[in-house]
Amino acid sequence: MTEIPEQKTTQAVPRAKTGASGVTDALQFAQKFGVLIALVLLCIFLTFANEYFLTGRNITNVLRQVSINGILAIGMTFVILTRGIDLSVGSIVALTGLVSASFATTSSVAAVAGGPYPAWLAIGLGLVVGGAVGAISGLFVARYRVPAFVVTLGMLSAARGLALLYAEGRPIPALTDSYRWIGTGEILRIPVPIVIFAIVFLVAWYVLNFTRFGRQVYAVGGNPHAAVVSGINEGRIQFSVYVISGALAGLAGMILAARTGSALPQAGIAYELDAIAAVVIGGTSLMGGIGTVGGTLIGALLIGIVNNGLDLLGVESYYQQIIKGVLIVAAVLLDQSRNKRS
Amino acid sequence: MSAANKDIPLLLEASDVHKSFGGVVALSDGQFRLKAGSVHALCGGNGAGKSTFLNIVMGILQRDAGTVLRNGRPVHFESPGDALDNGISIVEQELSPVPFMTVAENIFLGREPLRAFGRVDFRKMNSEAKILLDKLGFDIAPTDRMMDLPVAKIQLVEIAKALSYNAEIIIMDEPTSALGEAEAEQLFDAISLLKAQGKGVIYVSHRLSEILEIADQYTVFRDGRFIADGETAAITKEDLIHLIVGRTLDDGFPKTNTPTDRVRLSVKGINSDNHVRDVTFDLHEGEVLALYGLMGSGRTEVLDRLFGLTRCRAGQITLDGEPFDPKSPAMAIGKGLAFVTEDRKESGLVLSGSVRDNICLASLPMLSSLTRMKPGVETTASGRMIDLFGIKAATTKMPVSGLSGGNQQKVVLAKWFLTEPGILLLDEPTRGVDVGAKSEIYRIISSFAADGGSVLMISSETDEVLGLADRALVMRDGRLTGELSRSEMSAKSLLHLAA
Repeated sequence: MTEIPEQKTTQAVPRAKTGASGVTDALQFAQKFGVLIALVLLCIFLTFANEYFLTGRNITNVLRQVSINGILAIGMTFVILTRGIDLSVGSIVALTGLVSASFATTSSVAAVAGGPYPAWLAIGLGLVVGGAVGAISGLFVARYRVPAFVVTLGMLSAARGLALLYAEGRPIPALTDSYRWIGTGEILRIPVPIVIFAIVFLVAWYVLNFTRFGRQVYAVGGNPHAAVVSGINEGRIQFSVYVISGALAGLAGMILAARTGSALPQAGIAYELDAIAAVVIGGTSLMGGIGTVGGTLIGALLIGIVNNGLDLLGVESYYQQIIKGVLIVAAVLLDQSRNKRS
Repeated sequence: MSAANKDIPLLLEASDVHKSFGGVVALSDGQFRLKAGSVHALCGGNGAGKSTFLNIVMGILQRDAGTVLRNGRPVHFESPGDALDNGISIVEQELSPVPFMTVAENIFLGREPLRAFGRVDFRKMNSEAKILLDKLGFDIAPTDRMMDLPVAKIQLVEIAKALSYNAEIIIMDEPTSALGEAEAEQLFDAISLLKAQGKGVIYVSHRLSEILEIADQYTVFRDGRFIADGETAAITKEDLIHLIVGRTLDDGFPKTNTPTDRVRLSVKGINSDNHVRDVTFDLHEGEVLALYGLMGSGRTEVLDRLFGLTRCRAGQITLDGEPFDPKSPAMAIGKGLAFVTEDRKESGLVLSGSVRDNICLASLPMLSSLTRMKPGVETTASGRMIDLFGIKAATTKMPVSGLSGGNQQKVVLAKWFLTEPGILLLDEPTRGVDVGAKSEIYRIISSFAADGGSVLMISSETDEVLGLADRALVMRDGRLTGELSRSEMSAKSLLHLAA
């Protein structure tokens, strides 16, 4: 109780090195890969518990459902790595879905004059709108130093309002087939949303691991002060991650609209919470600087498979929420016990 | 010294106090005798054992051996609460106010006067706080929020809080480090009041003029040992410095550089946000220039200014004869400057990152193209630096938090050497580093200058300044108070200009 901190660290290091018996090795392994192990065990259990689980159709189904939350969660990973948070992604999903749908609808009431426009134009526009909304949040966080929680909470409300305003509170139906391809199409019999999710994941993984920008993201989150002294422009990095998160939320919003065939002003409500849950379950620290997109992928898959498994087993959907809540806290508890040790 | 005043009771008497940490002796024969109604200064340099001794007196640490008598009765404090119950309270150097609460709420934190049903009696709390503050002569309203007060007043509140426990012994650790002159005078008045009430004050400060002004007795520790004590009336500043510094310098410093006449960096009349005023100097090629001063003298702010970390950019700087106006660290790095900051955990290292990532942190533009990090180049570069600096790390990918303090400091140095700097700014380059790593760091600094680099080094350790520097600038209260050539430099002359 009255130990001085320096003593603690010097004692802890040799203990961790010398005391590694088989049991503690197994324990460390379990802690390091805990969520992954949970995922694998869950899959094995479901394979035996329900014959339908391990069918191509169900797996595709799960992945397609995961892809939207997964794309949001990857953007969120960038933000959280810099000690930030983006609560506005759910609202951006709705806003960009509507804006881009209005350029790709055959409905004469909702269409922008001269429409429908080509799908690539509508999609490009959606990305720009999402990125621009993120840029506004990023500006307030990076430039004016308003806490990210506050800025994006404000944006959650404002972007939702904009979405309702833009569509006058009504859905935009009857999207063109070429636009709907990003939600319903297939490449080599793999649904397009899954392909997009995979590409986003790979690019994010590459950026975070193999580019200067990636190093700077980790440094700014790990120790902003040291990053600044080392010549890194902290504000530029912070700004960039909100643009990334916003653009990816835009992408997710368009996939959602394309899949269902119409864009809804109330789409994406509370999606930010599932995205944050996937990031946190995946081991990314809300204190910044620690985490991987690989972890986020596992987190998103775990949430998706828990939902799917409970559906298959006929468990009431109310339980799904309870279990997701337990999962979030358990995953972070596991992470902290690991970090205390190292 | 004690024979003269046998009739005055001793509030605290410690003898032969011993404490070691894992085989390293921090204090080997701590002695201290505090009389009632007196101010007793505890003096000593870094690592003298002052903090260890005070932590034992306050119950934060437990002694290994020795006796502590409180009013003649042997005591052993298990916790700070224990010490407080025995009438010992402390004003810590690090302030810990609860910003959103009022002054009165802070003073009575955890022991608020209560009314029925556990309601806090705010009226009584405020009036008691007012009585206390008035008695001390502090011009602070009990209902002010802490967050609205300047640092100096927060310090005064902390002092009032320590006194509100009605302690008989009050320990003050560098209480004036955040105070201006007017507030310091208020504090000294308050201390006189305490003396008059028969209380004892243990006063720790590096400012010797201050000690001679307000303390009645002094005790000097050096290298974990008791050296001397006595009445401050009977000692001069020079003699006190001599007791604190002690031995003359061992020649453990490998000095290999010789400065040339070529001026690399010329600084004229710079000011900075925090009280740096009109600082002017030149830094030569191949020179190690020391910037000496106490904490809060503005020394760090000078380096911040040179590295583009301050908002205020008054004054002129030239680099190799060209005007140089560093607006950001990136710009300073681009011009060949490097800055080893004072606190490696706060601003030197990304503790969650690997050894490799930390070493490469300031060289990312050099190590990457637009689209990617150059393959393998990080591992190669960091491996090279690890060998060069003798960093003891299992792999380049291990987290830097797992290294010892000395090795962490070498990682910070390696980070900056990888940028191939021409001018090295060092702020306390050996803080918290063991003796072995220290001499290696000295060797690195010296050979950097011998190869034509220029070094501007802040250090509180006079040995280090005397051993390494070709010239020393001394700062006090944001101004340069003197410049000493290598032959003029001594522990005494440095302290004299700084304190």
